[in-house]
Amino acid sequence: MRKELRLVVNGQPYELYVKPKTLLVEVLRDHLGLTGTKRGCNSASCGACTVMLNGMAVKSCSILALQADGGEVLTVEGLASGGELHPLQEAFLDHGALQCGFCTAGMLMSAKAMLDENPEPTKKQIKEGIHGNICRCTGYNSIIRAVTAVVNGEYKEKK
Amino acid sequence: MLRDFEYLAPKTLEEALTLLDEHQDECKVIAGGQSLLILMRQGLLAPEYLIDIKGVSELNYIESDAREGLKIGAVTTHRAIEKSPAMKNGFGVLAEMEHRLASIQTRNWGTIGGNISHGDPAGDPAPVLIALNATLTTAGLGGTRNMAVEDFSLNFFETALEPSELLTEIQVPVAPPHTGTAYTKFNIIESDVATVGVAVSITLDSGDGVCRDARIVLGACGATPIRAKQAEEVLRGKKITDKRLKEAGQEASHEAEPISDISASEEYRRELVKVLVARVGKEALARARQA
Repeated sequence: MRKELRLVVNGQPYELYVKPKTLLVEVLRDHLGLTGTKRGCNSASCGACTVMLNGMAVKSCSILALQADGGEVLTVEGLASGGELHPLQEAFLDHGALQCGFCTAGMLMSAKAMLDENPEPTKKQIKEGIHGNICRCTGYNSIIRAVTAVVNGEYKEKK
Repeated sequence: MLRDFEYLAPKTLEEALTLLDEHQDECKVIAGGQSLLILMRQGLLAPEYLIDIKGVSELNYIESDAREGLKIGAVTTHRAIEKSPAMKNGFGVLAEMEHRLASIQTRNWGTIGGNISHGDPAGDPAPVLIALNATLTTAGLGGTRNMAVEDFSLNFFETALEPSELLTEIQVPVAPPHTGTAYTKFNIIESDVATVGVAVSITLDSGDGVCRDARIVLGACGATPIRAKQAEEVLRGKKITDKRLKEAGQEASHEAEPISDISASEEYRRELVKVLVARVGKEALARARQA
């Protein structure tokens, strides 16, 4: 019944045994305790569950965990390194790019995937980059300002 | 909540077809699963076996040939098509369509073959592929079949696939000279499916000549994507003007067979068809003149 699943999450290798119906978001939250990733609509609409899988932003509520077998996952918990927040996280804080915070983990991961692919996006491209993520506190403008600040080099990755 | 199922992950087409042949009616095929998992979560589908073909790498490719056109493997992701340099050689409308399909996250994981096989009449790729006169190949253990994409959808979420068959490849021919194709959809939420989608392809005799051929395809306007053939006749053999495009839109809105649902009433969808056919037709015409 249960199948073996090998995943590297935030640089840490895991070997788990899961039911085939287990979703990637369930492995992250329920099996590994990484509850930074949120479960919102459960229908690939809201983007709150966005994580990076093999370098791509994906909606973890709509991928079977077994489909990610052998893959590398980055969640919001893996953004900060050595106790230092990621530039995007710093910028989100400084620009008030969150109110309730439910969309934030997904927003950060979409923004990270976008910047990895295109470090110098235009404002239009930034909007497109987070277009799969819904914020119900209507904080889009501040989110775009925060990402723009990172693009403009106002926040550097600390080593 | 998903029901339990057995998960099978073949690595080759041969293995996949063998498993499919073995389990037929008690299984579903999953590729990206961006549509399938939603139906399973709603309890509309509860297969005993799920055959995951996303890892069948021999079905993941985009081939481009100056004479033969495009060949796209069924498990190629939407995002791979959107980003492929091969789209620059006359297939820009495919990249534009993909760019507006769902969200980046869904495009990163969802596949073109999965979308077509899902058979949702509101899907974006089928109207564009039909406008481009695309064909597809299905495979079973007994051999392969080829058909027009236009003939693939049979009803709401029903396709010409036999229970033991997989969609393996989509072929998009090189368009005749002086051909332009355009697509747009209307939706309230940008990342949602089409309330109405319209694809128009226009072929002119010469750069500024009469219309030799027109293909008008409506999405979310019936049980399958619909060719608005009467509307095409309004344009064919004539010099296309704004007035003719409006007439074509009017005709297409009669040919549409939309339903009323949460997104829009039937009446509103017909109005959208009228407006969008004229609008997309104008864009296709402009492209045909430049092609």
